[in-house]
Amino acid sequence: MPGSKIIFNGPDKTETDLKLAIENNSLIHIDHLDELYLIKELAVEMNKKPRVAIRVNMDTGVYPIWDRFGFNYENGQAWDAINKIMLNDKMELVGLHSHIGTFMLSPNAYGIAASKLSDLALGIKKKYKKNIQYLDLGGGFASKNTLKGSYLQGVDTSPTFDQYAEAISTAILNAGFVEDELPLLLLESGRSLIDEAGSLLGTVISNKRLSDGRRATIMDFGVNILFTSFWYDHKISPAQDFSQYTEDAVLYGPLCMNIDVIRENVTLPPLKRDDHVVVHTVGAYNMTQWMQFIAMRPAVVMIDMNEKAHVIRNRETLDSIESAEVMPEYLKKFKL
Amino acid sequence: MNIKKNIALSDSGFVFDPSSGDSFSTNPIGLEIIKLLQNGKSADDIKKHITGAYMTDGDSFEKDFYDFVNMLQKLKIADGAEKK
Amino acid sequence: MKKKKFTIAVTGLNAIDSPGPGVPVIRALRESKHFDVRIIGLSYEALEPGIYMHDLVDKTYQIPFPSSGIDSLLTRLKYINDIEKIDLIIPNFDAELFSFIKLVDTLEKKMKIKVFVPTIEQFEERHKVNLEAFGKKHKIKVPYSRTIFSTAEIPALKDQFTYPLVVKGKFYDASVAYTPEQAANYFNKITAKWGLPIIIQQFVHGQEVNVTAIGDGNGNTIGAVPMRKTYITDKGKAWAGISIADDKLMSMTKKMIKSSKWRGGLELEIIKTAEEDYYLLEINPRFPAWVYLAVGCGQNHPEALVRMAMGEEVKPFKKYDIGKMFIRYAYDMIVELKEFEKISTLGEL
Repeated sequence: MPGSKIIFNGPDKTETDLKLAIENNSLIHIDHLDELYLIKELAVEMNKKPRVAIRVNMDTGVYPIWDRFGFNYENGQAWDAINKIMLNDKMELVGLHSHIGTFMLSPNAYGIAASKLSDLALGIKKKYKKNIQYLDLGGGFASKNTLKGSYLQGVDTSPTFDQYAEAISTAILNAGFVEDELPLLLLESGRSLIDEAGSLLGTVISNKRLSDGRRATIMDFGVNILFTSFWYDHKISPAQDFSQYTEDAVLYGPLCMNIDVIRENVTLPPLKRDDHVVVHTVGAYNMTQWMQFIAMRPAVVMIDMNEKAHVIRNRETLDSIESAEVMPEYLKKFKL
Repeated sequence: MNIKKNIALSDSGFVFDPSSGDSFSTNPIGLEIIKLLQNGKSADDIKKHITGAYMTDGDSFEKDFYDFVNMLQKLKIADGAEKK
Repeated sequence: MKKKKFTIAVTGLNAIDSPGPGVPVIRALRESKHFDVRIIGLSYEALEPGIYMHDLVDKTYQIPFPSSGIDSLLTRLKYINDIEKIDLIIPNFDAELFSFIKLVDTLEKKMKIKVFVPTIEQFEERHKVNLEAFGKKHKIKVPYSRTIFSTAEIPALKDQFTYPLVVKGKFYDASVAYTPEQAANYFNKITAKWGLPIIIQQFVHGQEVNVTAIGDGNGNTIGAVPMRKTYITDKGKAWAGISIADDKLMSMTKKMIKSSKWRGGLELEIIKTAEEDYYLLEINPRFPAWVYLAVGCGQNHPEALVRMAMGEEVKPFKKYDIGKMFIRYAYDMIVELKEFEKISTLGEL
């Protein structure tokens, strides 16, 4: 991937990072004023004109407002940052970026974000006669998972891509851009694209009856593998024939920690030891956040369009952990 | 372990405890086991009967039977657990 | 001429202390001069009283809770429809409406079942979470409100609200909090039952008035009857009420139905202040439990809904009786255990 195609975003960018990004002509999305001034210094030092965008946070009618990232729209911070860049010819302002939240169930919030970014872009055009090349509306698009605490199923309530697209494109088209000066629209649709592509296969370790009479089923995967079970009620289905009779159960993971709960309450046909289950919609935020803890992480298999399976990540072994460890010299001689 | 005397069962798997007014539902196997217990069958008799009539082995039966009986006790359909 | 007979499925059979509208809707349908009905009850729990009211409900089927998803609801409705050949479904619960609205196409086109409900846009925009924007769009006064997701947001509310304020659940429940501690307490209670978010609404002092109404989907108000509660239970539900004359309230209702092109039954909850300002507190997207008062006042709204659903042209009601009261009463039915057993084990009665 050529560096010039990389968008460099986030609050933590070191001087070394920024130098590399400027060297490679990457798009730098500025998060705060300290970063803005540092880039200005580096630009002089390196005698380059970095391509930058600013990240803008705003009230889109959805709470909480992610105002910890970027510059605020309503209180004028964003416009102020834009002026700081535009009045100084050390950087080129090429884009505007927002990322209004995560798992956004309201398409309209994106419409509001698109309007507010467009408003800034048109303000720049008016004051500086400069066209902003792109609007990056960020991500946060919901997948079909069900958030904990929501009464209805995500598969029924999450907006479709059409609904998001309608809200965003309507807002931009109505913002007042001259037709051939419409900015490029960038979206970060990672989770909503990939979540449904992933499933986790697991096996029952045991059943037990809790002291209050509830059924508990212990699985061979827990929050170590399925990190997203902290915020989703994942759909789980048995992978073999089952009867019509069901029972409410708690699903636990295999860890010796009380927080290792996969589902606080799920209605399933009673499962036996060695029965298999499928956990649906686990493609996003699991492999990036899972941890090596008590149990090794499993292999990952990709099934291609011809239903052929390929291992794309090997099961962990002791060596995967030990290979990165370094033993201090004086301990090497230690005898047990 | 005894099923309480006046527990009423129906073929649909409806279990009614007249002394508390509580009612529960169970699946056909559960119903069969409660009936066997009502007829005074021992755990061993029931094991023999169920493993003979259905595709299950003794150990699986024991695990599920133990769980089921525990539940009957918890729901006060059967007499309480043995005290030490 | 012999009256036509429709098979109509009705939910909301929970005629309990916080009653669902199913039973009064069925009473209204049974009194229709235009058609006869076979009533199929759709219940969620085995103790919904309507299940056992055999003079009102011909047969009841359990259906899965809305939280189990649209797919399982559709599977169940297909099963029921194969047996009963349903002409129309009247959903009466806020929490289930989303699913039924999403199923309108499938029900009407594939299963030939009519459903006369608001569109998903109407349903969403009147939602408590969106009510403020709705008020602005349709130029109706709405108390200031905002949505919160955590009790951590409660301390800061004092900058935007003056106590008391109303803490509301997404679907049901509302409590008046006089302190941040009370607000946090209600937040926890309501989220435990109905999930997030919680709506915080400015409490407006005044007299609560309610309107039950029905719109034809083209902007016309087919019927509307305003009522003031004269006796309220500790759950805030009307125990008794009286139909009132209030031109301002009626024109507000008609304006709202006209500009939103509301389709189906609805209830407006409104506060009338001492200065005669009207604040819209809530729009319930279905008939209220007191809809039978409208029948008593000469406007059979459920009947009108059925006729419109069946494609008949229905003329708007021109008048209603003012000063008619309703008084709700509790009544102990004697039920055989056999019946309870049937509905709880077989899911049918």
